[in-house]
Amino acid sequence: MNKELYEYVLRMGDDSLILGQRLGEWCGHGPILEEDIALTNIALDVLGQARILMDYAGKLTNKKEDEVAFLREERDYKNVLLVEQPNGDFAQTILRQFFFDAFRLPFFKELQNSKDETLSGLALKAVKETTYHLQHSSNWVIRLGDGTDESHQRLETALEDLWMFTGEFFYADEVDTKLVNEGIAVDVNKIKPIWDAKVSEVFAQAKLQIPENDWMQKGGRQGRHTEHLGFILSEMQYMQRAYPGCEW
Amino acid sequence: MVSMNFSKQDIFDLLEEVKDPEIPVLSVVDLGVVRDVNIGEKLEVIITPTYTGCPAMKVIEDDIRSKLLEHNIENVEVKTVLSPAWTTDWISENGLKKLKEFGIAPPAKTTVDKSSLTGIQKEVECPYCHSKNTEMKSQFGSTACKALYQCNDCKEPFDHFKCI
Repeated sequence: MNKELYEYVLRMGDDSLILGQRLGEWCGHGPILEEDIALTNIALDVLGQARILMDYAGKLTNKKEDEVAFLREERDYKNVLLVEQPNGDFAQTILRQFFFDAFRLPFFKELQNSKDETLSGLALKAVKETTYHLQHSSNWVIRLGDGTDESHQRLETALEDLWMFTGEFFYADEVDTKLVNEGIAVDVNKIKPIWDAKVSEVFAQAKLQIPENDWMQKGGRQGRHTEHLGFILSEMQYMQRAYPGCEW
Repeated sequence: MVSMNFSKQDIFDLLEEVKDPEIPVLSVVDLGVVRDVNIGEKLEVIITPTYTGCPAMKVIEDDIRSKLLEHNIENVEVKTVLSPAWTTDWISENGLKKLKEFGIAPPAKTTVDKSSLTGIQKEVECPYCHSKNTEMKSQFGSTACKALYQCNDCKEPFDHFKCI
């Protein structure tokens, strides 16, 4: 088995899976009906990506998709810390989504050229979906930032909370290096300037300042998580733990 | 084995009767979800999802199996492929017509929806009164593949099949 590939697929898959779980929490709680539908639609898209990646990770290790998704311990989840942060208010959810989408779109664009056919196939589809997600989250960041005093203030608060989790997208270790050399993985150093440009462009319209603090929290890619992940997993894994092997 | 008695065209004709569970006027063939059929030792039906998270895929797979079973074709494998990616261009001419009759504004031809890049709203014709004076209410509609629009003339809300 290609250990690095498994690790890489998990990182990507867990980003999608955990964000999907978080967005799913909005179901029935959206601030307006259209947003309720939008957030759960986006949840569905990222869960679709997660399923393909969990299935692939399973094939690499002779496990079933559900086993990979639901029966790992907390330390074995490799998602970035950003996606496990609580939904908070709508501003918090939207800003988290914007940071994520602004990374994922250029990331998937690059991944389309991967030599790994499962990954390039997934990227081809995901680019189209993520284009819609980014458009949606960008529009909302602008509306909230350039909206009322309250909406602006809430977005500022969200920015203070989330900014330190945005550096982790661009963290690369030996897993990345090896797979980039093999033509499988995306070189995140190429994605960073694209992400920076998008954030600057949207922040300018949203009347937000990019924080000067550049200290970034890392750990998710190594399985060191914030306290929130445990709570997510206890809910997400409940069915498979209580009824092992259960299927819909 | 039984499938030997059927030609590829026969199978496609049978699958023409399998409808999309979310848009029951469209067959899975019209929609372009059925990509190919291979007749060999067993019958292989190759399908592709419209959206990666499309929850209808499992139902479509089951419906294909039961439709074929009605004609005593038992040895069936339904295979899902992702590449080449499905785009709205895969919907047949007939499918586009049926969508409109059903009250869903069909996607424009040619895949790349420039509005998603430029942010400029595109022109979508109201499927009821054909007015072009329509407005997008939400990027995300009743299913992953649709957006919600409203006509400013006849005031009817309607779904638009997103162009991807």
